Amino acid sequence: MTLTSKSILYMEDVFVVFDGFKALNALNFSMDRGELRCVIGPNGAGKTTLLDVVTGKVKPDSGRVVFKEKTNLARMRQEEISNAGIGRKFQTPTIYENLSVRDNLELSVKQDKKVTSLLFGGATAEARERVEETLDVIGLASKSGWRAGLLAHGEKQWLEIGMVVVQDPDLLLVDEPVAGMSEGETEKTAALLRRIAEHRSVLVIEHDMKFVREIAERVTVLHEGAVICEGSIDHVHRDERVVELYLGRGSEEHA
Amino acid sequence: MPGETLVDRMEKKVGGIVLVVAAFWFIVAMPSLNAFGTPGSFFHVSDFTLNLFGKFLAYAILALGLDLIWGYTGILSMGHGVFFGLGAYCMGMYLTLEIGGEGVYQSKLPDFMVWNRVKELPLFWKPFHSFFFTTLAVAVVPGMLAAVFGFLAFRTRVRGVYFAIITQALALSAWLVFNRNEVNLGGTNGLTNFKKILGFTLTEVSTQRGLYVATALALCGAYLLCRWIVKSRAGKILLAIRDAENRVLYSGYTPANYKVFVFTVSAMLAGVAGALYVPQVGIITPGRIGVLPSIEMVIWVAVGGRGSLIGAVIGAVGVNWARSYLTSSYPDYWLYFLGGIFILVVQFFPNGIFGLARDLPRKVESWFRRGERAEPRDESLAAIGSEG
Repeated sequence: MTLTSKSILYMEDVFVVFDGFKALNALNFSMDRGELRCVIGPNGAGKTTLLDVVTGKVKPDSGRVVFKEKTNLARMRQEEISNAGIGRKFQTPTIYENLSVRDNLELSVKQDKKVTSLLFGGATAEARERVEETLDVIGLASKSGWRAGLLAHGEKQWLEIGMVVVQDPDLLLVDEPVAGMSEGETEKTAALLRRIAEHRSVLVIEHDMKFVREIAERVTVLHEGAVICEGSIDHVHRDERVVELYLGRGSEEHA
Repeated sequence: MPGETLVDRMEKKVGGIVLVVAAFWFIVAMPSLNAFGTPGSFFHVSDFTLNLFGKFLAYAILALGLDLIWGYTGILSMGHGVFFGLGAYCMGMYLTLEIGGEGVYQSKLPDFMVWNRVKELPLFWKPFHSFFFTTLAVAVVPGMLAAVFGFLAFRTRVRGVYFAIITQALALSAWLVFNRNEVNLGGTNGLTNFKKILGFTLTEVSTQRGLYVATALALCGAYLLCRWIVKSRAGKILLAIRDAENRVLYSGYTPANYKVFVFTVSAMLAGVAGALYVPQVGIITPGRIGVLPSIEMVIWVAVGGRGSLIGAVIGAVGVNWARSYLTSSYPDYWLYFLGGIFILVVQFFPNGIFGLARDLPRKVESWFRRGERAEPRDESLAAIGSEG
């Protein structure tokens, strides 16, 4: 694994220690531009910590975290990382419930985010256009005027994915997008993520193996803060350690 | 918006008219009825009542600011008495200097300084000879304190209950400081015995009427300012911070900057309120700026209806009107009443009196139309932030 001009995200020897517990234990992880990558692993494997490190919420105790081959994320503040081109979709829908669906998107558009700009200025025509486009992509155009709190669970998840997309990130991090979704919603979400991945790099953390099979090109398996296996979904399924540690526990009947 | 009810549509039509009528009533009608009404008749507003409402309207300016930070941004400040006090003391210093040599000791120095054997006017008092400087200071001084305090607190991500507690500590420490004679602000007795403002005698009915009108106009201006802020895109970010601060942060905003901004505006409004309060009430003491008054201010907004500007005004005027009525008729029961109404509001009407008045007709309507609409609708939150 080396840092090349193709890398969108490169993590080398990353340690995160909480009170002696190694959440990330010499993690080496890298992802190329344009990839749609799934990260799987049992609870406590360090999946969410990985996202926390990339987005600056948690500072690594040691190691390198490099974005687009030269941006060192380990020293940046959260909002700087967002503006540098990394968007994150949270596990539970995190949207502005008391604003309209359109406002939710409009505030998230990549734009000047100073207090004075928002106090005195309106949204640009370009921003509004991006909002309309995204409303179509996430399938909420007919509900653009709705108060976001009135949306169904699945729709809220799509709205938040849309909010991250209008930020125009180069790398999109998605934490368990289909948890609590119906089968139909899960399929729609898979299609949505595949469509988004046409133009950007997407990293998805997921438990639902059926969903992973549907979207993933490459799968990385995490265990106790380190990568134990990486490759196509079939490759991962054949790996004995993976089967033993994770897939073979009976929780995933599709394994 | 989907789920719009008959009441929503009526509110949109009628809302503006009600506001204009209310503005007219407070700015023009009340002072006119005071000046020209026949005393004793139904159409007369007594000097006492007008003065009382002047005080209430000043409180309402503060309540607007408090609502901006608490109702809209979700940050509870329990130290707004300090900002109110700073504005009030700035104005109090000007009024004290206006007394000139007419004090008890016939000295150019304020009476309490003579009493405390201060020989020379302290340096920080001197600019308050100027009325112009004073009008700026009443907003800028509290604004600066809030900006610095807010910067330190919000940059280090102090949130929720912790922020409320440190603002409470701010109120307590300010109260302790203002009580001390060494700071040359009149100690426990505060500043009082004012005679004149801009050359007009404060005891004159016409001067008080003028102050009342100035307060009503200032409230009107403060309302328009707050409305403009909450309707702007920055105002939507305030709501966004209240509802999902993490999302705001991950969208590339710096929530701390928005919080410092709104906290500062809020403190400036409180300062202006204090400055308008002092000449109408005639005294400012540390008792008005400590922990208890700061908590009472929060209750005004809670009772009136946080998250709506009108609610804040209704709360400040309503609670204080009830206080002046109850403390004269049933002096022993006021605090029980205040505590009781606060518990009632928290338990049963989280959106306050205004929220109740707004939501009740909707509830009744949807009750009558039950079954007509399949759409779910969260009544209690429906109009938060959509009202100005």
